[in-house]
Amino acid sequence: MSGHGANYRYVSRKRRTKEDRRFIAGKGRFAADIAVPGMKHVALVASPHPRANILSIDATRALESPGVHAVLTGDELAAETAPLFNGLDIPEVKWFPLAVGMSRYAGEWVAAVVADSRYLAEDAAELVEVDYEPLPAAVEIESLLEPDSPLVHPGHGSNVLVRKTFEWGPVEADFAKSERTLTYRARWGRSSTVPIETFGVVSRWDPIREILDVWASIQMPNYQEQIANSLGIPTNSIRVHNDVDVGGSYGVKRGIKHTVITAYLARKLGMPVRLIEDRLDNMSGGDAHGPDRLFDVTLAFDGDGTIRSMKLRAIDDVGAYPGRGPLQLGKPITALVGPYRLSSVAYEAISVTSNKTGQVPVRGFGQSPTNFMIETGIDLVARRLGIDRIELRRRNLIRSDEFPWRIPTGTEYDSGDYHAVLAKALALADYDALVARRDAARAAGRLAGIGIAACLEPGGGNNIFEQLLNEKLEITTFVESCLMRVDMHGHVTAVMSTTTSGQGHETLIATIAGEELERDPDTIRVTHADSLEALPTRSPVASRMAIVLGGATSEAARKIRAKMVRIAAHNLGVGEDRVEYQAGTFFVRGEPARKLEWNEIASIAHRQFHRLPPGAEPCLQEFSVLQVPGASGQLPNEKKEIQLYPCFSFQAHIPYVEIDPGTGKVEVLDYAIGHDCGTVINPDIVRGMIVGGLAHGVGAALYEKFAYDGDGQFLSGSFVDYLLPSSHEIPIVRDVEHCTPSPRTSLGQKGSGEGGYLGAPAAVASAVNDALAPLGISLSELPMRLCDIEAAIHEKRTERNG
Amino acid sequence: MTARDISLTVNGEIRRANVMPRMTLVDLLRDVLGLTGTHIGCEHGVCGACSILLDGVPVRSCLIFAVQADGHEVTTVEGLADGDGEIGDLQDAFWECHAMQCGYCTPGMLIAGHALLAENPAPDTGEIREAISGNLCRCTGYTQIVEAIALCAARRREGEG
Ligand code: FES
Ligand code: FES
Repeated sequence: MSGHGANYRYVSRKRRTKEDRRFIAGKGRFAADIAVPGMKHVALVASPHPRANILSIDATRALESPGVHAVLTGDELAAETAPLFNGLDIPEVKWFPLAVGMSRYAGEWVAAVVADSRYLAEDAAELVEVDYEPLPAAVEIESLLEPDSPLVHPGHGSNVLVRKTFEWGPVEADFAKSERTLTYRARWGRSSTVPIETFGVVSRWDPIREILDVWASIQMPNYQEQIANSLGIPTNSIRVHNDVDVGGSYGVKRGIKHTVITAYLARKLGMPVRLIEDRLDNMSGGDAHGPDRLFDVTLAFDGDGTIRSMKLRAIDDVGAYPGRGPLQLGKPITALVGPYRLSSVAYEAISVTSNKTGQVPVRGFGQSPTNFMIETGIDLVARRLGIDRIELRRRNLIRSDEFPWRIPTGTEYDSGDYHAVLAKALALADYDALVARRDAARAAGRLAGIGIAACLEPGGGNNIFEQLLNEKLEITTFVESCLMRVDMHGHVTAVMSTTTSGQGHETLIATIAGEELERDPDTIRVTHADSLEALPTRSPVASRMAIVLGGATSEAARKIRAKMVRIAAHNLGVGEDRVEYQAGTFFVRGEPARKLEWNEIASIAHRQFHRLPPGAEPCLQEFSVLQVPGASGQLPNEKKEIQLYPCFSFQAHIPYVEIDPGTGKVEVLDYAIGHDCGTVINPDIVRGMIVGGLAHGVGAALYEKFAYDGDGQFLSGSFVDYLLPSSHEIPIVRDVEHCTPSPRTSLGQKGSGEGGYLGAPAAVASAVNDALAPLGISLSELPMRLCDIEAAIHEKRTERNG
Repeated sequence: MTARDISLTVNGEIRRANVMPRMTLVDLLRDVLGLTGTHIGCEHGVCGACSILLDGVPVRSCLIFAVQADGHEVTTVEGLADGDGEIGDLQDAFWECHAMQCGYCTPGMLIAGHALLAENPAPDTGEIREAISGNLCRCTGYTQIVEAIALCAARRREGEG
């Protein structure tokens, strides 16, 4: 059992989840399942050009097409709405839902057609005539920094959106002290989380009540605030229905522009309007791409493998419209040196804009590319020094007796035992046997490799790094809330305030509430309040819900329990300190016959004011609004030091791969993983998160790439060109748990939604490089697609033969 | 284009509709017949979210026109339950193993698993992975789905033995 000695009734136990019941029955309620009477449908007109001036749009024929109600252009929408949110302080970079004057990437939406059905809307969309003047595009990442690069946003004067340099700790002194340095490049290709459900939204405006109802496949903070800002209506006129099931997100379901389009149209036309992306809309025009990053790194270390310092430059291509994307250069500051004992680090973060689809937050918020960069460096140092990769990691990992450990950026890691997790993973992988298997495969003429990667998963979402990239973002409040009620029959209902997209929040809340109240979680109902009824939330990002929502649930439940104890004490005629509670019964300590049952207290609270302690509020309802635990709540100091996320989970990944030397095809044949996310709330959910994230990481490592040609033309608009791993590509994953509870959370829990994805790309890359090492090949660009590997092998052979 | 009357058996019930020839079967099921358990992920035949059984064979309902199903028998996820409001044993195994997260691919996975077990009551891991390889899941990494199908198969065998 998890939880180190804590003897939980429900927490850490195998229990069926609450959510799965509706999904297996085909009774989920996803955005595309919402049918509002009178609803109209949007189809989009997209620009085929990477960069072009829009000279004119003629909708005459489209408007004559059957069933068409409107054709909306960027000019009209921009005149009636405010630009969408920018995370950076870049006032001249304006983002509107539909292109205004210029289209900035192939696939950008330039007009929206509304009709009685999607079929009719698409017919009409083909009749919209747009006159473009194509222009040369800004595409290749390093060229974006050149002064003669075509400008994506001419008003901004440069393609560089932000460039910040930081130095934490004695970087130069550490470099001077170190015996060796190693400089390398690592490239993280443009991919994303690409949920199987595309983004969808239905908006309805009620002019009498002045309420905009929104049903959306959404996962983002401040959604209604952004809608309100754009439309210029009060936030309390917007009702986002958080009970919509979201068909996967992992960060990207942020269809703010889709929402503004439908909300504007719904108000203008007086009809509910729905927009469901098709797959091409989603991949080319949905602005849901992930980081696209180039790292230049120098590590300083000694001959014994002790790594002291790192100098790092990261350029991130955020595409044409930045939104929150560039802030993904900030999150990695939370764990910039990974799980290692570096004493200093220099970081230059550069965000650039290009003529590509816009970037959104992706699982880990920039941490996965960063972890790949770090682990690539560790492998390279090991190779350079001729030290075993595992041994080198052992020498540099923070030791369990060193926590809390403060990294140079000012963040303190809460707890962990990295050496123990690594040891468990090696044992699970049966490492010696794995080495023998690899060597036998090599002896038989095959390319075989073992990957090793560690990764840290920061959890909790204390996003003050935003302020390091944009001083105007002075936000230090990052809350989650839970409202809990015990009704007059004694039934417990807990209210959460966001959507859920597969993380199992209802199970999380029911399990924790059940644990705290000693009630069966299956009897606890969890609802999703709409945004008008909701308590404050930052939404389920940043591996934060177990930590902050879980904490708020514990708090609310403990308040309920304390109040029930108070009522019991009053009615049993003893002091509160003499009342004990156990599994539904309140009794006088040492006199179990003097007792009141749970339901009796509930009934007293709701119906018998005369039996309440003096001054007690009637009924049983409590809530907690919880600031992220362990946060100082302050802005960074003058040295830019700050405690960011509170909790740090750890994983060790060990995949085994073989590569077909003829085709370059990689097969992941085995995968063992050790993980520690503190107290596990539900083992099946944690395991699913880890394996699912890992599979997603295998995709990023080997298959997935939003490819553009040199002119900026988009090449990956379908599942035939953008390859998601299937069950063929993902082996059966074996995992082993370790538990180091966090001292900062209510039950010792940490985050677990991102770690698999943070570790797998680095681990698979490490395995591929191990397999290619005998050929003298070392790759450092993801994805390592079959064609890339085949080309590298071919090149090496030609070199040798020539 | 003129609409056509069609009649098909869906989850054991005869359903009639008047549809345009270009309407896909998945749109008929979802938008006309209100069976929203069948999902759409790509509309180009890759993801398998729209999988249904057509005369007992798993097919992608995004690649079939509604008129092509005229006179045929369709089973969707809503029809996999054994009885009223009950869930079938494969569904129960999916729940037991937490073979999903967001639940979006789940109906298609259930159809694929159902079709496999109808043909092969004792599939090994490789055969299960093969059977669901045409269904993409972005959440789970497939391990728990494979376990769920294996569990269902094992339970059926126990039940018989
Ligand atoms: S929607 Fe039919 S296969 Fe993807
Ligand atoms: S459960 Fe989300 S896609 Fe499979």
